[in-house]
Amino acid sequence: MKKVVTGNHAVSFASKIARAQVVAAYPITPQTQVVERISKFVADGEMDAIFIKVESEHSALAAAIGASAAGARAFTATSSQGLALMHEMMHWCSYARCPVVIANINRALGPPWSIWTEQNDSLAQRDTGWIQYYCESNQDVLDSIIQAFKVSERVLVPSMVVLDSFFLSHTSEPVDFPDQDKVDEFLPPYKGEWVIDPDNPHTFGGLTGPDKYYELHYMLQQAHKDAEQVMDEVHKEYEKLFGRKYGRIEPFMADDAEVLLVVSGTPASTAKQAVIDARDEGFALGSVKIRVFRPFPRELVKEVCRGKKAVAVVDRNYSFGNQGIFFTEVRDAIYDLEPRVPVYSYITGLGGRDITAEDLVNIGKAAEKKECDNPTWWGVKL
Amino acid sequence: MSKEIEIRGVKDMPPMAVSLGLMTVNKTGSWRNMRPVLIAEKCTACSICWKFCPDMCINIEGDLPVFDYDYCKGCGVCAHECPTGAIVMEEEMR
Ligand code: SF4
Ligand code: SF4
Repeated sequence: MKKVVTGNHAVSFASKIARAQVVAAYPITPQTQVVERISKFVADGEMDAIFIKVESEHSALAAAIGASAAGARAFTATSSQGLALMHEMMHWCSYARCPVVIANINRALGPPWSIWTEQNDSLAQRDTGWIQYYCESNQDVLDSIIQAFKVSERVLVPSMVVLDSFFLSHTSEPVDFPDQDKVDEFLPPYKGEWVIDPDNPHTFGGLTGPDKYYELHYMLQQAHKDAEQVMDEVHKEYEKLFGRKYGRIEPFMADDAEVLLVVSGTPASTAKQAVIDARDEGFALGSVKIRVFRPFPRELVKEVCRGKKAVAVVDRNYSFGNQGIFFTEVRDAIYDLEPRVPVYSYITGLGGRDITAEDLVNIGKAAEKKECDNPTWWGVKL
Repeated sequence: MSKEIEIRGVKDMPPMAVSLGLMTVNKTGSWRNMRPVLIAEKCTACSICWKFCPDMCINIEGDLPVFDYDYCKGCGVCAHECPTGAIVMEEEMR
């Protein structure tokens, strides 16, 4: 059944369809509607979940971790400053191997106060051990959350599903809602092996010396490695059941492209228009969306970039003192390609500034002509 | 009763830090640098030390306190609280 919903409500509905059992959340613009709708679902008896009102995002994730550790399917949603406040618990969640799912609405951090989109909030959580998905459409949001629960519960690694503020959070789009029966088939109830059980008491997260801590991190990395294969299986199963195809990366007219744009989030959809416009002019542009950022799809990125004349990475984020964050990841992944593929960094759209199809065509052309300062701050007013 | 669990590597480990056994085999008293020692002649059997030990390592046997050195951390709270100075802290020799 198709419904016209905002990205925020796609998140609320996804948590309901995925049968999240505990939702602990604190409202923050632009995420507020997510929480509002979930609390209404629970209050109206449409969703069989416990909704916990908490006093901060730190507590929201702490409560979700507690619920997950007790064997419940736990969910929360936040944005920007709220995610930053969760940071300590982000580590706790993944190291405790609690398969919590979070929706994060990408919003620029202050000061100055901003409510518009930028990826620095979620990318600042890059090294916390979480899986990260970046969504292009509200359909992508709904489907990614359902998939994320399955992947997380298989590999015991929490997932963050990321969507752009306003461009998705507050924009209504038609979204195909999967049948509850089929989702239940796809996503059976979570059965954790290592959960809190009063009849079989254990200490969780107790002091662990250097002789074992190291091995625990090795296992978390192995779980990320396993997640790649699990995702590929989950994507196949999802396509079979629901008819929608997903990948860890999603190339668009990339095979015969000479120049490739690497994009994430909503600019991935703008990039498709840019590619079509460029092809009309006879410019062989292609694009690839990085949908899953962690575990980073190194091999897939390498293959899609092989043989290209130039690769232009478009970053709506910045690692101060270095480069765009996707750029360093992409360049690292394709470093040993033979022959070498030149890769260029374009910073765009910080603080929610618009990224147009025209910008992306021109970025592609600049990369073809090797016009880049690595990084180039595209359109910065000097 | 739990027995000692040998963990050689990841194959023996659960994916997260979770206790596999009981504290009966994890004798945390090995951290101790100072050990409380009772001077029985000074002790009035008031049990104040028993009440204050933060690690519940003092048992009253007969009337007098007995330290459980398998778990006592050597914090010295008991010695500090003892009104008659019947507990002295001595350097742990291992
Ligand atoms: S030294 Fe500390 S831990 Fe040991 S018996 Fe005294 S109070 Fe308890
Ligand atoms: S506090 Fe001192 S006097 Fe009282 S029982 Fe303990 S050792 Fe004896």
